[in-house]
Amino acid sequence: MAQAATVQEQHGHIADTNTGISNRKLLMWVFLASDCLFFGSFIATYLVYRNESIVGPYPNEVLDIPITSVSTFVLLMSSLAMVLALNYAQKDQLGLTRFWILAVAVLGAIFLGFQVFEFATFVNEGLTIRSNLFGTTFFILTGFHGLHVLIGVLWLLGTAFAHFKGALTSRSVEDLEMAGLYWHFVDIVWIIIFTVIYLIGFSDGEGLETIEHAATIIGG
Amino acid sequence: MTTIAFPTLISRPTSYTGLWSWIGTVDHKRIGTLYGVTAFLYFLIGGIEALIIRGQLNTAENDLVSPEIYNQLFTMHGTTMVFMVVMPMSAAFFNWMIPLMIGARDVAFPRLNGFSYWAFLFGSIFLNLSFVLGGAPDAGWFGYANLTGNTYSPGDGVTFWALGLTILGVASLAASFNFVVTILNMRAPGMGLMKMPVFVWMALVTNVLMALAMPVIAVALIQLGLDRVLGTNFFNPVAGGDPVLWQHLFWLFGHPEVYILILPAMGIVSETLPVFSKKPLFGYPAIVLAGAVIGFMGWFVWSHHMFTVGLGPAANSAFTISTMLIAVPTGVKIFNWMGTVWGGKLHLNTSMLFSLGFIAMFVIGGLSGVTHASPPTDAQQQDTYYIVAHFHYVLFGGSILGLFAGGYYWWPKMTGKRLGETIGKWHFWTMLIGFNLTFGPMHWLGLNGMPRRISTYAEGMGWETSNAIATVGAMLIAVGVLIFIINVIRTMSSKQKAEDDPWDGRTLEWSIPSPPPAYNFARIPQVKSVDDFWYTKHPELLHDERGEQTESAAPVEEDTHGGGSIHLPSMSYYPFVVAIGMSIGIVGFMDIRADIPSTDLQLPWLSVVGIVVGMWGLLGWIFEPVTAEGGH
Repeated sequence: MAQAATVQEQHGHIADTNTGISNRKLLMWVFLASDCLFFGSFIATYLVYRNESIVGPYPNEVLDIPITSVSTFVLLMSSLAMVLALNYAQKDQLGLTRFWILAVAVLGAIFLGFQVFEFATFVNEGLTIRSNLFGTTFFILTGFHGLHVLIGVLWLLGTAFAHFKGALTSRSVEDLEMAGLYWHFVDIVWIIIFTVIYLIGFSDGEGLETIEHAATIIGG
Repeated sequence: MTTIAFPTLISRPTSYTGLWSWIGTVDHKRIGTLYGVTAFLYFLIGGIEALIIRGQLNTAENDLVSPEIYNQLFTMHGTTMVFMVVMPMSAAFFNWMIPLMIGARDVAFPRLNGFSYWAFLFGSIFLNLSFVLGGAPDAGWFGYANLTGNTYSPGDGVTFWALGLTILGVASLAASFNFVVTILNMRAPGMGLMKMPVFVWMALVTNVLMALAMPVIAVALIQLGLDRVLGTNFFNPVAGGDPVLWQHLFWLFGHPEVYILILPAMGIVSETLPVFSKKPLFGYPAIVLAGAVIGFMGWFVWSHHMFTVGLGPAANSAFTISTMLIAVPTGVKIFNWMGTVWGGKLHLNTSMLFSLGFIAMFVIGGLSGVTHASPPTDAQQQDTYYIVAHFHYVLFGGSILGLFAGGYYWWPKMTGKRLGETIGKWHFWTMLIGFNLTFGPMHWLGLNGMPRRISTYAEGMGWETSNAIATVGAMLIAVGVLIFIINVIRTMSSKQKAEDDPWDGRTLEWSIPSPPPAYNFARIPQVKSVDDFWYTKHPELLHDERGEQTESAAPVEEDTHGGGSIHLPSMSYYPFVVAIGMSIGIVGFMDIRADIPSTDLQLPWLSVVGIVVGMWGLLGWIFEPVTAEGGH
């Protein structure tokens, strides 16, 4: 909430700072550093609880790598669109800029659609946030990532419709650059999440570890 | 700038006096004052909680309060003092002094600054409302899982704690982003990083730590809150959840947090000691580097809070080494301060006394801290009053005394009046003696085996005398605080006027009027060296003290805004609106309970209200220009 608001903060002249980076862009970098620790903590939690679920559904019973690979590809392509949008903004081509911003937003929305579909499928198969540790850590981690994507989509739509009426200014180009920093960050986080949950964790199931763990708790 | 008209349902505040001007303020000095006053009120509340605790422990088998109330009191005492006193009081000094010391007219994001304060205020009020709304949190300020689960904490107290601290965390994050950007980007021309005042350096380290540590506690609190309201399994052992994960997350935040609490005070005495010793700070680069190293190493010591958990000899050894190593940069600072005072022309006023008291008490607390860096001894001390003694010596003897030193030092700059010196010395000595009477005996109590967090103890344990002394000491501290309040009232009602530079100061804030005008600096200063204002006043000392040649003054850069008019950001209500929307939105989760079938969901509509209010405020914020047309 806070970071989206301050995007619009204006202060003095853009290059009039000690670092040469405008206040707003530096704020975005500091926020992203902070957000690294936010996702880092959730990802660490997921890794700590890998293979620790006592009851199913286990990851290998519900995860659908082909479908998520498609949605991952869509998200990666949105980053490409973001690069193109910024490229045209810097070349002062308003129409193409707006087209590619909307492309980013649409691709982000498609990714979210995949996520909604995935969540619904999992719930149908009996996996909820309450089912087991996998359900808890999976939904909350990917849910917070989805929330970041949603904020990004709204931000980009706002940028495309509200900001560029008339002409591109150096300020609105910088706005787009900041949105781009945020978007690429959220994309990179997804690459890590995809690796950790889907690629590494796909084979996670009812292993020896979990049975032993269950035995100690039930028996002890 | 704005290309579409956003319906402004509330107009901007225009008057610079009255209640609405405070609610809409974006002036870093006014926000600093709000932080300071609020934090001091919480200091009184947390102090009253402490006095009741001491009253209960005064004699064996006492029944002043019930064990349930006692648990709430020590939990809220710790939570209040950490999150609602020391952190916001440090924020008060950051707000007031960072822009003045770096020669800026405001912080980088004035409205975000307002948002930080209001979010802090609403979160802290919400947390304290728990006392009258069904019971305060009672699981300790560290909130160890799975004591905090619905099974063992069936009341709403822990939910208040998780949600309230989440709001406070957002406030701290917003503030830290703001200060990091302000310090890195808004220094006066010529003020390189190694020419910044040490207080600003320590503020930078503190705020970087906050920006990186608060997300970790936010995640832990979100996990705890979700466990309680939605029935997730993060800390649920029945589902395989590991309560030790909470401890790791909490202390991964918690140990940097310790430095968040102490580094501002270290920065303050690094300003006061040179001024009142009439000497430059001894070893400026060393003290800056030590602060930065503390901030870095603070991330690698968290498991020393968990030596008795049973993490194994490898982990315990590694964290022993890192913990003992972090004592080195801390020691470097102490020797630097001693080197600063050594041979100086000491001016023993109240601020200096508090600064020297800070060093002495912090050394005691630091040394007792080194004793539990070793797991075998720590196993004896864990959960005893020895630990309570230790962290009060660093947090009260360190942070609080340091903050009082800063209070007396900067009071003339902030208010234009000097606090009384004679009565100030009474304040210092009652507080110092009371402090040592309270927490000194706790070393013996702890080594004698008295555990923390017990509401009473049996007769004949040999603990009565020490506890009685501690209670007397606590009352003496209360007297000291009362003397301070009297001092403030007398000072503020007197007609005396402080000079602009009452202490013959070294840093830029003393170069402007007391209290400073809204725009701070009529002309942005040009900085040539550390303690630039001092060498402007005493150019002949530049060679003797710093080995630098006296330079002819650089040509003063004219105010770039020209025409003598200085544009300041205009007031705005939207930070207040966003903060209240966010707080209400989070409070809406309050009444959901995972273990109770949700038939009586009353509050979730509050979340909807909060989101609507917050979004409205956010849109207003985005489309409102920083400076109103024609405004200053």
